[in-house]
Amino acid sequence: MDKKLPVWVRAQDNYAGKVELEHDVDIPTWIVDSSVSKELLSDLYREEKFDMLLDLCGVDYPGREKRFDVVYHLYSFSTGKRLRVKVPVSEDRCEVDSVVDIWKAADWFEREAYDMFGIKFKGHPALRRILTHEGFVGHPLRKDYDPGKRWQLEEDKIYKPVFLNLPPEEDSMFERMTINIGPSHPAMHGTFRLMAVLEGEVIVDSDVEIGYLHRCFEKMAETHPWQQVVPYTDRLNYCSAFINNVAYCKTVEDMLGLELPPKAIWGRMVLMELSRIMDHCVCNGTTLVDVGALTNFWYFFEIREEIYSLLTKCFGSRLTVAGCRIGGFQHDLPPDFIDLCKHLLEIIPPLIEDIDKLVTHNRIWLDRSVGISAISGKEAINWGWTGPCLRASGVQFDLRKNEPYYWYDKVDFDIPVFYGGDVYDRYRVRMAEIKESLKIVRQLVEQGIPDGPYAVDDYHVMLPPKDMVYNQMESMIYHFKLIFEGMRVPPGERYGYLEGANGELGFYIVSDGSPNPYRIKVRPPCFPIFSTFSRLIRNQTVADAIITLGGLNIIAGELER
Amino acid sequence: MRIPDKTKPYRYSLWEKLYLPAIFSGLKVTISHFFKNIRKSPFTIEYPEKRRDYGNRYRGYHILTTRPDGSLKCVACYMCATACPAQCIHIEAAEHPDPNVEKYPVVYEIDMLRCVFCGYCVDACPENAIIMSNTYDMAYFSRKDSIAGIDDLRKPFTVSQEWLGYRPYFPEERKVDLVKMAKERGPVAA
Repeated sequence: MDKKLPVWVRAQDNYAGKVELEHDVDIPTWIVDSSVSKELLSDLYREEKFDMLLDLCGVDYPGREKRFDVVYHLYSFSTGKRLRVKVPVSEDRCEVDSVVDIWKAADWFEREAYDMFGIKFKGHPALRRILTHEGFVGHPLRKDYDPGKRWQLEEDKIYKPVFLNLPPEEDSMFERMTINIGPSHPAMHGTFRLMAVLEGEVIVDSDVEIGYLHRCFEKMAETHPWQQVVPYTDRLNYCSAFINNVAYCKTVEDMLGLELPPKAIWGRMVLMELSRIMDHCVCNGTTLVDVGALTNFWYFFEIREEIYSLLTKCFGSRLTVAGCRIGGFQHDLPPDFIDLCKHLLEIIPPLIEDIDKLVTHNRIWLDRSVGISAISGKEAINWGWTGPCLRASGVQFDLRKNEPYYWYDKVDFDIPVFYGGDVYDRYRVRMAEIKESLKIVRQLVEQGIPDGPYAVDDYHVMLPPKDMVYNQMESMIYHFKLIFEGMRVPPGERYGYLEGANGELGFYIVSDGSPNPYRIKVRPPCFPIFSTFSRLIRNQTVADAIITLGGLNIIAGELER
Repeated sequence: MRIPDKTKPYRYSLWEKLYLPAIFSGLKVTISHFFKNIRKSPFTIEYPEKRRDYGNRYRGYHILTTRPDGSLKCVACYMCATACPAQCIHIEAAEHPDPNVEKYPVVYEIDMLRCVFCGYCVDACPENAIIMSNTYDMAYFSRKDSIAGIDDLRKPFTVSQEWLGYRPYFPEERKVDLVKMAKERGPVAA
């Protein structure tokens, strides 16, 4: 598949000359004519078992005859292979067949591509704007769209809910009622708007409006040099900002072909695992608050506070750490780093133990969460789920084990898997993962900080140390050139991914060799998960919908970018 | 990889069905925390009388450093303004009457409401002219107040160790001599 097309593609006449292989790319890439794209993708689903659509996005190349590329990233659970399919379309015939009936995950991704690029998807059930509002004119990620433009939302254009799965009204003892929850509602954990049709207390159908926190990270990244994108990535999943930093930096480092010194890898791994613990603490803590269990929230936040203290001592900020730079760290880890980690390893386990005793076997919590919003592994994959939520549905999939990066193949840890697929098992997976992450941190701390530099020794990427800038002409020149001209990344594209706290966090980056990224597409793990929300809460009560949202760990910053 | 197409909900153990044991073990936890916290709470701090120690790298309110004679170290090279991802630094440069002395800023403003406190200006400065303090409590009554000028940012030549936050290097934790290391290593490979 990497070197040439498989037999079933070459054998079929209708694919002749319409499917091509792209060479010199990070993962196998096919370029497919838009007339056969749907057919080929459904064949890929059937023949090659690509059961997950990881990401779908558009890329704009204004100079080209076929201006837009629709890029699909596929993953196969049975073979572990990845595939990228590009479908070029021209501006005047900007239309592709929708793949919603193959992968349900495509629903929101296609809406996003339509919103951002104006690419139409034939056969999509409700192709509407998703991240920008209904009064928006134009498509913001097109290269000819001015990033400074503003649009005001008029009263008559506000979002009208579309209920696609509303069953016909039967003689019920309840009258149907549509209620609106959010966008500013404490139960919505961020800024989401849920419109639900109720029959009594049961939700028969619902529609979700998102985009209140959309700040066009992807457009902003195109207007900033490579290194300056790092503080922007903090604001994606702000509960574990450091993992976003690493995901972005790692992708660019791979594009540059940089090899990090051991100390940088070690530090990144320790801090990533601690960030993961923090993220799980926030998720489980707030979910439990939603059912009225407040005490464990304080215990969880004690853990979080202590980890924040460590991050502050390393990078100088609590929430938006901007910890990494492309090429390593900006500063060395503090001299007492190991002691601080040991302190954390001492105080976190007893608190986790306490929370376990408080709620894990508590009948009230069990009755509220077991069997609520259950989804099977197969269906979850079709919806594009990854991460702890997928592992709660019985699929043993963790990028740290399946496709190890950094030193994850050298440390000993397990992937917790549960089979309920409900709110309770999502909670249990996270609790178990906190313990596994602690295990990883403990092993790394026992191993000790590796000696040597904390960043690559390449002054085309990293700023030279300040002593050298003050004292050496050559370093001064590198410093000036890096600040004013920025670093250059060789032209090409890459889909970099790692296991974020919520699932697979992917960065699809296209570079044209200029000082700014050409296109950055983030594959936020909670975007496909949240698109399932309406399906999950159907025929459940309103109270269950609230804890379902908590258990999915939806972070608005990441969802809406 | 095995992919289940059905869910298997959790089955309650007898212990959980009995309801009360878990409630009492939970009560035991909260009561033990109660007595621990009566003696001393390790996590709550009585702000603003007491403050949390955020270490010597905290990225807070900026400081413009000065030379012993009180003039700004800044040479108005615009590097911080270029490196700023939030574009919140505004500089206007002027020539010094003495041609042997470098440029200096007439206007140096940071919009504190726009600033994201990422520390990129500190990293970019080639003169050690801008550093950060550990002051984090800032509040303003109008947007105009939030724009800090030279007079707000300038600090005397000797900045008290207690104020210092994010800087290009941290002498108090310094162990290795980078210049010496660089000399031993030889010229940088391009």
